[in-house]
Amino acid sequence: MKVSLFATCLVDLFFPEVGEAVVTVLRQQGVEVDFPPHQTCCGQPAYNSGYWGEARAAARHFLDVFEDTSDPIVTPSGSCAMMVRKEYPHLFEGDPKNHARALAVAERVYELSSFLVDVLGVEDVGAQCTGRCTYHASCHLTRGLGVVEQPRRLLEAVEGLEFVEMADADRCCGFGGTFAVKMADVSGAMLEDKIAAIRETGADTVVACDMGCLMQIMGALRREDSSIRGLHLAQILAGEVSA
Amino acid sequence: MSTGTFVRRAQQALRDTRLRQALESATVRFDSGRIAKMAEFPDPEGLRDRGRVIRLRALENLDRHLSDLADAVERNGGHVHWALDGDEACHIVADIAQAHQVELVVKSKSMTTEEINLNHVLQELGIEVVETDLGEWIVQLAGERPSHIIAPAVHKTIHQVADLFERATGARDLPLEIPALTAVARRALRERFLRAGMGISGVNFAIAETGTIVIVTNEGNGRFVTSLPPVHVAIMGAEKVIPAWDDWVVLLPLLTRSATGQRLSSYVTAITGPRQAGEVDGAQEFHLIIMDNGRSAILDTTFRESLACIRCGACLNACPVYKEVGGHTYGSVYPGPIGAVITPLLDGLSEFPELPWASSLCGACLDACPVRIDIPRMLVELRRREVEEGMVAWPERLLFRIFGRVVRHRRLFNLAAGIGRRLQGPLVRDGRIRRAPFPLSRWTRTRDFPPLAGEPFHRRWERIAGGQ
Repeated sequence: MKVSLFATCLVDLFFPEVGEAVVTVLRQQGVEVDFPPHQTCCGQPAYNSGYWGEARAAARHFLDVFEDTSDPIVTPSGSCAMMVRKEYPHLFEGDPKNHARALAVAERVYELSSFLVDVLGVEDVGAQCTGRCTYHASCHLTRGLGVVEQPRRLLEAVEGLEFVEMADADRCCGFGGTFAVKMADVSGAMLEDKIAAIRETGADTVVACDMGCLMQIMGALRREDSSIRGLHLAQILAGEVSA
Repeated sequence: MSTGTFVRRAQQALRDTRLRQALESATVRFDSGRIAKMAEFPDPEGLRDRGRVIRLRALENLDRHLSDLADAVERNGGHVHWALDGDEACHIVADIAQAHQVELVVKSKSMTTEEINLNHVLQELGIEVVETDLGEWIVQLAGERPSHIIAPAVHKTIHQVADLFERATGARDLPLEIPALTAVARRALRERFLRAGMGISGVNFAIAETGTIVIVTNEGNGRFVTSLPPVHVAIMGAEKVIPAWDDWVVLLPLLTRSATGQRLSSYVTAITGPRQAGEVDGAQEFHLIIMDNGRSAILDTTFRESLACIRCGACLNACPVYKEVGGHTYGSVYPGPIGAVITPLLDGLSEFPELPWASSLCGACLDACPVRIDIPRMLVELRRREVEEGMVAWPERLLFRIFGRVVRHRRLFNLAAGIGRRLQGPLVRDGRIRRAPFPLSRWTRTRDFPPLAGEPFHRRWERIAGGQ
């Protein structure tokens, strides 16, 4: 099986190691990975902020880049997956040509954990990791795409890793894109609650499937020089880390 | 991106630890109650779907249902009044009150009357108005607006309540216990019920089939307000009408379970006209005021579904933003997620430009709404309006214009990233950015920001591409 990787702008520019981990995980499952080099951004920041002209520009470019094949498109981001799957058709309402393109591409997009579990049928990727981890369930992945169990199954199958649920795992961490800056105080308060919930689990690692959320969460953890680290699910599954 | 009033009020609210504790405990109680009680249904998702269909269908034929409702009310001996806006509605109430020489009005909880500031209008005419819902009475005594659609005084502590009651009743050293304080309220309000010349209520549902209005309370004040005084005036937003009792049996449990996690509220009161011959209680005269106040303008827009709201408050209880800052931060009659949508629609986007941004678009509201109102979608639509109408700051507009250019061409994208890497140099210490310039300064005030990676993924790909 061959897939196209949509790394996402955050992973590409800020967290390239996550991209590498995704490639490792997929290859370990015998999946051939292609990275269409002209990809940029799914356009969600513009879309959510009301700049639909710019969002459409990003979306058209995404469609141009990923239309070449009919391979599944795998991405390590619940919010980007949701943007393409759910919002692209909406973005092109009244534009039949692009609407049709959007529908065709949207149905090929999978967030990583959903791809592994739902498409490949894999829950145990053979990873090993010691320590205790907890899972932050990102809003768009959980409520937007309905991907709830898959990341948990994958984590629970990791040998040596103790998985603990945090309270209100699916409560928003306060990132919300520009919300984190525009409404920085409220965002900070929401983040405080999330950090408290993480600490209460006694975990040494918080895992998520969205680097936006992890940026927010790790931002607070780093600020207080916490020993708790934040990792993308792919990094745990790639087996590149241990406690 | 200015330090507008929502932001300032939020900062104030966030400093109030007691408020945050009160909000956390109330919203969690209601939210988990909703989840538990909805789960008792064999098919809760199916029920929500039905609720949505019922509400949307009712909106599609609003004029017919309102007409049927009015006919039925009049057949029952009630009076129907049509109010285009809040001012008109207030005048109608004032006229009825003056015609009956009313000196004292008792009210059951009605967000619609908050919306039109009815109490103020009546008080200006020298009519005493007493709220009889316990939470509403508390905020009335405090001179405040309700901060939650269902639990208006959620922001008040027991100390504050005891204080208000002491001042209102002349009592001293009231015990800081809920049963004792409730007893004080009960005595004070009972006296008002018996004296009042008019009772004013809201309407949870108006059933067109029989001209019946339904109100739900947990305190029984709705019963007193609508049956003791000789005149009962009910005020409803026009969108509240539903065609039939068959629709109501779906919507009522959705309302009570979603609002407070109760299978049913303690009192469910269905009123079909004034006291009929041979009946032992009920008002002698019944008036129904059907009010538009900006609702019909929403019908033919992409925001129509906001009118499906049954005012349960579930979205408030689920909202992680509301939970932190409470209702007063929104500065509007209707707070929380639904408030952030309908307030700009009813009162103007330029009056409330910040509300569409008071959300991380987390979707908890949509998840909680018994009739699946897509609040996040409408918030984004409102943001889109603001951008289209030039209501956004030019630096932000410029930034997104650049974004729009850069995302179209990989080379520009790489160029922008390269510039960023160069600029961030002096800011990066120890692998993180602790202080960044405006607007990122807002982020770095409380959190570290990650630096752009020295070797981005697309360059690493060149190395790992061939691997397997």
